[in-house]
Amino acid sequence: MKRFEPVIGQDVGEVPVRLLFTQDEAGVLVDQAQEPMVMTVPHLILRELIAFLVLTWILVMVSLLWDAPLEAIANPSQTPNPSKAPWYFLGLQELLHYYPPLIAGIVLPGLAVLALVIIPYFEINIRRPPLFDEKRGKRLAALWVTIIGACVAMSLPAEVMPWVLVIPTLLGGLVITGSALGLGVLARLQDRSLAFWLMSWFILELTVLTIVGTFFRGPFWMLTLPWIEGIY
Amino acid sequence: MSSFPKKKRPGFAKRVWRSIVRHGAPNTNRNRSLAVFTNLFLHIHPVKVRRRAMRFRATYYLGGLTAATFFLLVVSGAFLMIYYRPDPLRAYGDMKDLQYVVWMGRFLRNLHRWAAHTMVLLAFLHLCRVFFAAAYKPPREFNWVIGVVLMGLTLLLSYTGYLLPWDQLAFWGVSVGTNIISAMPAGGDMVKLLLLGGTGVGGNALIRFYVLHCFILPAVLTVGIALHIWRFRKDGGVCLPPYEGPDQQATTASKGGSP
Ligand code: HEM
Repeated sequence: MKRFEPVIGQDVGEVPVRLLFTQDEAGVLVDQAQEPMVMTVPHLILRELIAFLVLTWILVMVSLLWDAPLEAIANPSQTPNPSKAPWYFLGLQELLHYYPPLIAGIVLPGLAVLALVIIPYFEINIRRPPLFDEKRGKRLAALWVTIIGACVAMSLPAEVMPWVLVIPTLLGGLVITGSALGLGVLARLQDRSLAFWLMSWFILELTVLTIVGTFFRGPFWMLTLPWIEGIY
Repeated sequence: MSSFPKKKRPGFAKRVWRSIVRHGAPNTNRNRSLAVFTNLFLHIHPVKVRRRAMRFRATYYLGGLTAATFFLLVVSGAFLMIYYRPDPLRAYGDMKDLQYVVWMGRFLRNLHRWAAHTMVLLAFLHLCRVFFAAAYKPPREFNWVIGVVLMGLTLLLSYTGYLLPWDQLAFWGVSVGTNIISAMPAGGDMVKLLLLGGTGVGGNALIRFYVLHCFILPAVLTVGIALHIWRFRKDGGVCLPPYEGPDQQATTASKGGSP
């Protein structure tokens, strides 16, 4: 009696599960090249030690050369302008400049964390098919509809036009299009999947927001140029 | 009357040493194996590792370096705790003492501060490395989730430490952050009240942040990192494309798994 109908396919997107049928209690012989192994002591331990020493050395040198900031004593009646959170939250603070606190402070970060947590439960294939493997024209059209849609969606609830979000999104779209068409160095990214592009976009936006918030914002959260006015 | 040939008894020093370290010098593979699995700290490693997994470009050592930074922070933090008192009347003065009076105080504080920033950065770079190597896919998916939690804990740890110097930077940086929390539609104000022990940043907030920063979060993070590294081993170590013989070029994402 057949309980399984084996399907054979090359496309991991369509045939994601690999099954191996063996006879009961038969050993499985897998033809496999022997991976070279080394002893943890000394090979790995030595490398770890070196990495640790290099890290420590760098941090010690930095600590000898640059002092950690210490400003005047805390004074609740004297609000500095601008008041900035630590740098790793300045992306968030930059978002707060554009959107009401509920969106910028709760909804967007919440969605980002949720997306990060569920990534591995959706992306189960060992290898995703490249985004533009087939139906290139259609998918490029869909890409630009999505990008324009995203830019509109980002602008509508905003109180100030969020160029800092829109411009990298548009540039990202150009890069993806370039890679799909195989232009120049971008051709090397031709085999990348949708997940790759989404994550790259997320990292790009986070980086741009953080850099703008850290270096390009001054009193009243106005744009400043760090090489002219310094860093606030 | 015959007697067995006498074997010389090891000397006293040797016997004491053997009572602590039970294996001989690591000059045979047996002793090298024993060195790993008779040692509480080394036995997070397997006895043997794949040569490819050890290469710098396989992981950039980012996870290990993040853990190393955490270790440096615990050590330098313990020294700082000796001088620092979490009281609005004293905290700032203690920081000044650390900078101008305490021997090596300024260096300790600098080291702790720069290492903290570095840890946030390294943990994030590690997250990116893991993603682009597609190392989050089954069977490693839950370790990725643990990783996301570790990232959050790292941010919280850094953030709670930010208040402790009790200078303008600390006070207003934390005020900005906690105001965001109160925008949460349900229970935002309650979370803020719980965290600050009041409506604004004051003495209660300082002691709460101190306890979180010096005890609760490091303890949770220590357990979390141990769990993370343990699962990393159980899930099969560094995620690499299948081995195809000594001439194999790629450890890059595009050849093996890709995100
Ligand atoms: C406190 C922060 C963290 C520490 C100390 C840490 C430590 C480590 C270490 C030592 C490894 C071994 C391999 C390597 O170095 O890459 C590792 C692997 C891994 N980490 Fe982390 N990690 C941290 C945060 C994260 C974050 C934020 C993520 C992702 C959200 C993550 C996900 C993973 C995954 C999936 C692996 C397995 C990678 C593979 O098999 O190639 N970790 N971690």
